[in-house]
Amino acid sequence: MLTESAIPAATRPGAVPQPSVTVETEGRDHSPDSPLSIHDMTVAYHRKPVLWDVDLDVPPGKLVGIVGPNGAGKSTLIKAVMDLIPRTSGRVRIFGEPYRKQRHRVGYVPQRESVDWDFPVSALDVVTMGRYGRIGWFKPVLRRHREIARHALERVGIADLAHRQISQLSGGQQQRTFLARALVQEADLYLMDEPFAAVDAATEKAIVRLLQDLRSAGKTCLVVHHDLQTVSEYFDHLILLNMRVVAHGPTAEVFTHENLHKTYGGRLTLLSEAAEALGREARRT
Amino acid sequence: MSSVFERMLESLRNWNGALDGWIVVAGVLCAAACALVGSFLVLRRMSMMGDAISHAVLPGLAVAFLMTGSRASLPMFMGAAIAGVLTAMFTEWIRGAGKVDEGASMGVVFTALFALGLLLVVQAADHVDLDPGCVLYGAIELTPLDTVRVGGYDIPRVVLTLGTVLVLNLTCVLLLYKELKISSFDPALATTLGINARLMHYLLMTLVALTAVAAFESVGNILVVAMLIVPAATAHLLTDRLSVMIGLAMLLGAVSAVLGHVGAIALPAAFGYESTNTAGMMALMSGLLFALTIVFGPRHGLLSRLRARNS
Repeated sequence: MLTESAIPAATRPGAVPQPSVTVETEGRDHSPDSPLSIHDMTVAYHRKPVLWDVDLDVPPGKLVGIVGPNGAGKSTLIKAVMDLIPRTSGRVRIFGEPYRKQRHRVGYVPQRESVDWDFPVSALDVVTMGRYGRIGWFKPVLRRHREIARHALERVGIADLAHRQISQLSGGQQQRTFLARALVQEADLYLMDEPFAAVDAATEKAIVRLLQDLRSAGKTCLVVHHDLQTVSEYFDHLILLNMRVVAHGPTAEVFTHENLHKTYGGRLTLLSEAAEALGREARRT
Repeated sequence: MSSVFERMLESLRNWNGALDGWIVVAGVLCAAACALVGSFLVLRRMSMMGDAISHAVLPGLAVAFLMTGSRASLPMFMGAAIAGVLTAMFTEWIRGAGKVDEGASMGVVFTALFALGLLLVVQAADHVDLDPGCVLYGAIELTPLDTVRVGGYDIPRVVLTLGTVLVLNLTCVLLLYKELKISSFDPALATTLGINARLMHYLLMTLVALTAVAAFESVGNILVVAMLIVPAATAHLLTDRLSVMIGLAMLLGAVSAVLGHVGAIALPAAFGYESTNTAGMMALMSGLLFALTIVFGPRHGLLSRLRARNS
């Protein structure tokens, strides 16, 4: 299984970030209708840049995939959009306004490994948390909030596990719990960090159906994804990322060999160089 | 064997309702206040932060001693709270600044502050009635001696202080229960929902610091860590619900306090010795309850896991 590497791709030898090729041109004017509009965003950790000059508009009502090698900055991109990581420069607009004014319209599904599953809470508790922002400071959780959470658990097909402590759920069930939690946020834009990571086939199907339901309801979903095989099937739009936006546009147009090579290219070069060197070594002996 | 038992009973026959009673009350209040905030420390995997803060409040206390010349004052609490929050901030700052992991940066900050505090306390001891030994194991046995007259009753000052901090902790946890819950479980999500996880972090650190100061005179600077962490860790093994865990932690802490004082009198007597230090026995009892839970606990206990494997 691929996991997020701590080393940014560009610090590896051979991985040269490619200049941005944006297929979609009408998105450049940063329309206020765009659920998410990022303008020249750069993000750095300890002065080492992780994302360079990200500039894109996400079209409304679409399922948008983000793909790229480990360390390409996929998680960083969505965290920086939500102000969880400071931006070095650039501007982010959610439906034409800064994030802090629109936070209730943005739903977040973090990576499953980001929380402690031994925490003494049930699946229903976790889903109810999605509602906390709307309940407001100091106010208690009421039965109607839990009813909303129970509904969401039904939608993701695990209502019968509502009272189970979360470490006793399977990986797929944990992921469904996270999705249910995002559903009760009743957002218009969903940012999902690898919802398909290490889930069973049934859960994968359930998630895809849920994403399609959300799209039918006019919601926009930005999904970090790892499996290149299913990209064309799942996503309308695609962002190919490797520290910079390599390409961005309708999947049919940007999901090409050339763009993939540009996105993942560094590593392929490194591998072929190694193979060549081995071949020379073999001929010599 | 029976004579051992008789000796223990004999030692408890001298139990004085007013003296021993107040000591137990102080122990129970201290344990309950600690368990309330300690539960969140344990769940955030920040037990060591409790250790760090309880040590680091010492310079805050010492400065207050030196400045006011008294042990019971609001400035003392404020000084300690500031020292506690500074520890949390310094730790974060050092970790963020360079190649120092959280454990190491905590170690640097709290040992330095503790050492400074110790130096100041030794200095202050010449001017103020303050025993550096109190830093180590408190002076819960002296509880009934220093009283304040409230509504016609003589109530030990320590009991009032601990009671106030317990009420403060209870109020904060009850009012901000869901905020503490979500920012402990998933700080990133909490922040995106508008519940500032960093703010909750510093609120909790402030409560830990205040609790550490209140507990300082009773169980001392070192043993307070046991009261913060051990009952909460025990409760975590016994339940899967947060509210139950917090209640259980308070109960286990209170039981340790009662057993601690009784044990401090009766256990040494069984072997023909004088009574021993209550605070030490409280911490020991909480450790004993933890050990029992690890072995006999219903679900996570060693025995039940062994049985589950064999069936």
